[in-house]
Amino acid sequence: MSKPKNAFMAWIDHRLPVTSTFEKHMSKYYAPKNLNFWYFFGVFSFLMLANQILSGVWLTMSFNPTQEGAFASVEYIMRDVEWGWLIRYMHSTGASFFFIVVYLHMFRGLMYGSYQKPRELIWIFGMGIYLALMAEAFMGYVLPWGQMSYWGAQVIISLFGAVPVVGDDLVTWIKGDFLISGITLNRFFALHVIALPLVLVALVFLHILALHEVGSNNPDGVDIKKYKDEQGRPLDGIPFHPFYTVHDLVGIVVFLMVFCFVIFFWPEGNGFFLEHANFEEANGLKTPEHIAPVWYFGAYYSVLRAIPDKLMGVIAMAAAIAILFVLPWLDRSPVKSWRYKGLFSKVAILVFAVDFIILTWLGTQPATVLYTWFARIASVIYFAFFIGMPFWTRIEKTKPVPERVTG
Amino acid sequence: MKKVIALLIALLPAFALANTAGVHLEDMKPDLHDQASLQRGAKNFANYCMGCHSLKFARYNRVARDLGIPEKMMEENLIFNGAKIGSLMEIAMRPVDSKKWFGATPPDLTLVARVRGEDWLYTYLKSFYADASRPWGVNNTVFKDVGMPHVLADLQGQQVKGCAPVTVGFDPLTGRDLKEEECDVLYVEKAGALDAKAYDKFVYDTVNYLVYMGEPVAMERQTIGWFVLLFLALMFVPVYYLNREFWRDIH
Repeated sequence: MSKPKNAFMAWIDHRLPVTSTFEKHMSKYYAPKNLNFWYFFGVFSFLMLANQILSGVWLTMSFNPTQEGAFASVEYIMRDVEWGWLIRYMHSTGASFFFIVVYLHMFRGLMYGSYQKPRELIWIFGMGIYLALMAEAFMGYVLPWGQMSYWGAQVIISLFGAVPVVGDDLVTWIKGDFLISGITLNRFFALHVIALPLVLVALVFLHILALHEVGSNNPDGVDIKKYKDEQGRPLDGIPFHPFYTVHDLVGIVVFLMVFCFVIFFWPEGNGFFLEHANFEEANGLKTPEHIAPVWYFGAYYSVLRAIPDKLMGVIAMAAAIAILFVLPWLDRSPVKSWRYKGLFSKVAILVFAVDFIILTWLGTQPATVLYTWFARIASVIYFAFFIGMPFWTRIEKTKPVPERVTG
Repeated sequence: MKKVIALLIALLPAFALANTAGVHLEDMKPDLHDQASLQRGAKNFANYCMGCHSLKFARYNRVARDLGIPEKMMEENLIFNGAKIGSLMEIAMRPVDSKKWFGATPPDLTLVARVRGEDWLYTYLKSFYADASRPWGVNNTVFKDVGMPHVLADLQGQQVKGCAPVTVGFDPLTGRDLKEEECDVLYVEKAGALDAKAYDKFVYDTVNYLVYMGEPVAMERQTIGWFVLLFLALMFVPVYYLNREFWRDIH
């Protein structure tokens, strides 16, 4: 630990480990020098979390979490609250962008094997974040009390009814009523603004703590701690601060340009970020023609609909999410990065990515006969990717991994 | 990978087409810069729609300010129920009554343009036709068995569904339109106060106003957006060079 520069910092450091913490996690945290474009999405996710919390706090100041007042209060925010429209669009666009960057962040992990030993816990905490985020997004979507809020919640909550024996009671318990009502809205509000954000922040803290314990992976998947200089600093590592802070700043400005473009010029995102039907107030007596979840749940919704039996569909959907948790143990490859894996692994990852996009898109469309068959094929490919991974990663011939990072 | 993407892009129109079912909607391009059109739309709405349809999330003074209507003029001409200029644009008709009269309560229209889209609204208001089997004597091709009477019939005239000559092309030799008899089309049988062009304009202004109503901040939002993007573009320059300076010696 370097000596604090002045008496004030010395006084603080005797009582609170400010300097040493900053050094451990920023100025003396050595990150591989070859982190590429894909490594921006972690910091973008963090930025979106901050955006959601800040805009959320201000929305809460004017939102009215009751069945009678919720819809009107959102329009009040859009029309009468100073800059309310901006705060609301930051939050609604932020939700979609949060998922976009988290999906890309996860894809990065898949490409470079960032979940492999010794980073299994980072992946598991990350999956926990993803799960909490889905719950957070779902409950947040109910709050504006539009038609899709109501009927989307109706569909999702009814899934719990597929649980044998206790299903119906479980559904009533979740709703707090026999129908989705103001009581449901109110409890979702509590969970959305307090409980789940706390869980999210705690999990993000653990995610980063676990990352800083073992260090960042890199596009080559090589261990930078193997070669160190006399002072014990990795030869291929550079201090996170200032190098990656200034680097991330460039990425953040570019990302904000895209984000702000959507906020100011395309906030509805063609009905994907703000669904048209949700501009109509919830009406329990009028079922919309086409109920679709928001796009970021599309893939799992497709898996659910692909199976004709409700219970089996729910199980498949839960399995589609659960199987991601065990990914670190499905990949048996001796190398981390796909750069050095065999051709089969590379093709499989690309096919999986395209498959996930197709499933997501199908989930937002009406379930016609043709689309249902597409969804079935895509669901099979989805699971085949995970089930087959232990086999092809063990069998295929890998390329030699360089000792030091490249480029 | 590139081939896969190319294939997907090639397939996209097929997917998109597979998704558009139902009636053909006319194309309507709203113009929120056209304040005169919005003002006419506000007048049309107050005169023809607001007896039954509220705009309960909007306020009179906000509309007056956004549309460049002096508050005094707004109060005298567009507020019929004696409401204060800062009030929400509610109506006197009680939902229980209107439900009895029309079978369904006429919906609030503040956000209708964001729910239905401008093309739907524009086509809907032009697609009423005589149908003796319906309680109000009219039906609508866009909204089957609609509960709403054709309140604009005095302006449009009586439209019927049947066989009529339709322009199908243009004869380059004579310079005349080519017409063919087609069936299942709508045509005006008994003229109203407005001719077809004037009626289209009336509907356009009204829908334009409803588009404004759906998101009053839309214009301002885009103006601010340009400044935000400009700010970020300027900020990119120092941030980019700062990064380059720090990374100069990292190889």
